[in-house]
Amino acid sequence: MARPVRFNIHPIPADTKDSISMVNMPEGYTGEGFFATKLSDVVGLARKNSMWPLPFATSCCGIEFMATMASHYDLARFGAERLGFSPRQCDLLMVMGTIAKKMGPILKQVYLQMAEPRWVMAVGACASSGGIFDTYSVLQGIDQVIPVDVYVPGCPPRPEAILDGFMKIQDLVGEERLRRRNGERYKQLLESYGIQ
Amino acid sequence: MSLTNETIKAKLSEKFGDQVSDFQEPYGLLTFESPKEMNLKVLQFLYDDEALRFPFLTDLTAVHYPDKAGKELAVVYHLHNLIDNIRIRFKVFTDINSPDIFTATQLYSSANWMERETYDFFGINFLGHPNLKRILNVDEMDYFPMRKQYPLEDQTRIDKDDAMFGR
Amino acid sequence: MEKFSNFIIMVEHHIKLPEGSIEKATTTLNLGPTHPATHGVFQNILELDGERIVSAEQTVGYIHRAFEKLAERRPLYQITTLTDRLNYCSSPINNMGWHLTCEKLLGVKTPKRVDYLRIIIMELARISDHLICNSVVGVDSGAFTGFLYVMQYRELIYEIYEEVCGSRLTTNMGRIGGFERNFTNTAFEKLEKFLKEYPAVLIEFQNLFSRNRIFMDRTIGTGPISAERALNYGFTGPNLRAAGVDYDVRVHSPYSSYEDFEFEIPVGKTGDTYDRFLVRNQEMWQSLKIIEEAYRKVQAFKGADTEVYHADAPEYYLPPKQDVYTKMEALIWHFKIVMGETEIPPGEVYHSVEGGNGELGFYLISDGGRTPYRLHFRRPCFIYYQAYSELTKGAMLSDAIIVMSSLNLIAGEMDA
Repeated sequence: MARPVRFNIHPIPADTKDSISMVNMPEGYTGEGFFATKLSDVVGLARKNSMWPLPFATSCCGIEFMATMASHYDLARFGAERLGFSPRQCDLLMVMGTIAKKMGPILKQVYLQMAEPRWVMAVGACASSGGIFDTYSVLQGIDQVIPVDVYVPGCPPRPEAILDGFMKIQDLVGEERLRRRNGERYKQLLESYGIQ
Repeated sequence: MSLTNETIKAKLSEKFGDQVSDFQEPYGLLTFESPKEMNLKVLQFLYDDEALRFPFLTDLTAVHYPDKAGKELAVVYHLHNLIDNIRIRFKVFTDINSPDIFTATQLYSSANWMERETYDFFGINFLGHPNLKRILNVDEMDYFPMRKQYPLEDQTRIDKDDAMFGR
Repeated sequence: MEKFSNFIIMVEHHIKLPEGSIEKATTTLNLGPTHPATHGVFQNILELDGERIVSAEQTVGYIHRAFEKLAERRPLYQITTLTDRLNYCSSPINNMGWHLTCEKLLGVKTPKRVDYLRIIIMELARISDHLICNSVVGVDSGAFTGFLYVMQYRELIYEIYEEVCGSRLTTNMGRIGGFERNFTNTAFEKLEKFLKEYPAVLIEFQNLFSRNRIFMDRTIGTGPISAERALNYGFTGPNLRAAGVDYDVRVHSPYSSYEDFEFEIPVGKTGDTYDRFLVRNQEMWQSLKIIEEAYRKVQAFKGADTEVYHADAPEYYLPPKQDVYTKMEALIWHFKIVMGETEIPPGEVYHSVEGGNGELGFYLISDGGRTPYRLHFRRPCFIYYQAYSELTKGAMLSDAIIVMSSLNLIAGEMDA
């Protein structure tokens, strides 16, 4: 194989004692009546449990997203109760479905309208890499136009897979340094997409 | 009173003589062709005639036969008579260098977008169409993708890894 | 004062307004490709006079995936995965339609049990499609509850699909000549559970909407279309039946033994949104009736017949694996089918099925090679979306949204 797998090769096992998984407190220094920790941990904890996603549902994965949002596989348990449809008010852009070349500029415009900090999740094979449609009219993956944080493979991915992708986004949000968006590396990343 | 393929064939030959030709019945569906100038006359006849009432245009599409010189592009109409439950298929051939066909939009409003799609894919110019623009592809595209000489994949793709795809 | 007029001149030079836009009496509103709720991507540019729509122009193609060109590269059994993604809310109907087209071309005759099992699956898919459409009409008029109640039962339908073919949404179900495996007992148990519990849910859903004062006020009279215009525009399916024409492909050109079943075709009068909603509701009841009858017929098969799940067509249907490893003919058939070297007779065939939205047609031209020479999908959504500007002329903006969702436009089918 030309490319060995680089990511997620040492997954962290879930911390489940008595089949209950507890959210860990951030590391900090406690004393009588106070708890001191890093600001980025607190902000991360608050942000990750109240993400406002923007479902950019174009095709079949959108129907699986509707199933994820419904009561059987509830997305609201993770704090994503309020789905916004205006990019100005959302943190997470979930791109679900095939993006054609005609749709690419629109996707980029929606991404540009989002305010920092913003995350992007590519749900489904078509959004990640063009999927089964290697044709003249389909964009081969949305990372041709916008930077992506998490890719969820599947055609369509099961709702559990979408939830797993969402949890990975939550890990990213919780661990993010507060100065990341102003840093040099992030600026270079955006420059490579032509975004100022 | 039942309308059969024979009756339709007889009425068409009676009205148009040898302008309609090549009657075949693949899988029970009467198929015939006519020269491209006659397409509106034939469609109008099929629509108006009291015995053959074909009020429903089921489908309008095109096929590219690069081997038939002079008749490369075929426009295929599928019509359906809902009362007597008969379908027919009507083909019109045209040359690839001058693919002009009269539009059927005055007769059937559903032909509007179907002809735009046919134009988008094959480049057939429908004369008299109210809005002949590309409908499914990007407006800037300068070729007609469904023609046989054009490939399926996007030729401008730079990240395709030939080692992974076995080329 | 001078500074202000300088500012105006500066603004006029920098902001380019389109010609005549200040004098124009109507507002242009872009109901763009990304709109809320999950309808799919199509764009409407509306000209509004206050809140009334004067004209609407549609742009589609934002999810054009070139199915017809892709199909020219794939042997017949690989095209099933493409047909899944046409009307993805009811993908088994598309799959079965494609298999029926291939069987017509190849001359394969399926046994009755296969037909009845196919009917069960197709009617389940129709229920699933109408559920999405009706609950989304509710969501668009502000009532989210109906959606949540019925999604639970769509999950049960997905579980039935999973038992049969392994996948929830894009099912790739069945093969040319039948199914890939027999329905297990679990599938039949889940089907029985569905048949037992679902009628109560449908009654509850109807009680929420059908005689609801607010819903009726919002939907009666919006987006009407007369039967002649609907026929001229090429409407089929529930939208045409709401306009008054009782054209149903299952009755007019029966396929897969639909002629053995007795069901009614619900027909509306004015073709407005309320009629479309009610027609779809009634169709769900009729589908339930068909499923019960088909299930009884399947249970009536005894003995060796219960193991029949595909046609006896070894040239087109993969032989079982133990035969491939032990018998010579089976090995040869397996090789020929998988490599795509089966004999496909040249010819052209058009076959249509009653999809969730109407007549889904497949026009297949084969030249005897391994892949089709030309495959065209007659997609109902694409054809009736043209009528949207006529449906919404003079309507209010909020009515236009409900009309769009009640037409059940699926973007995957529209752009193909």
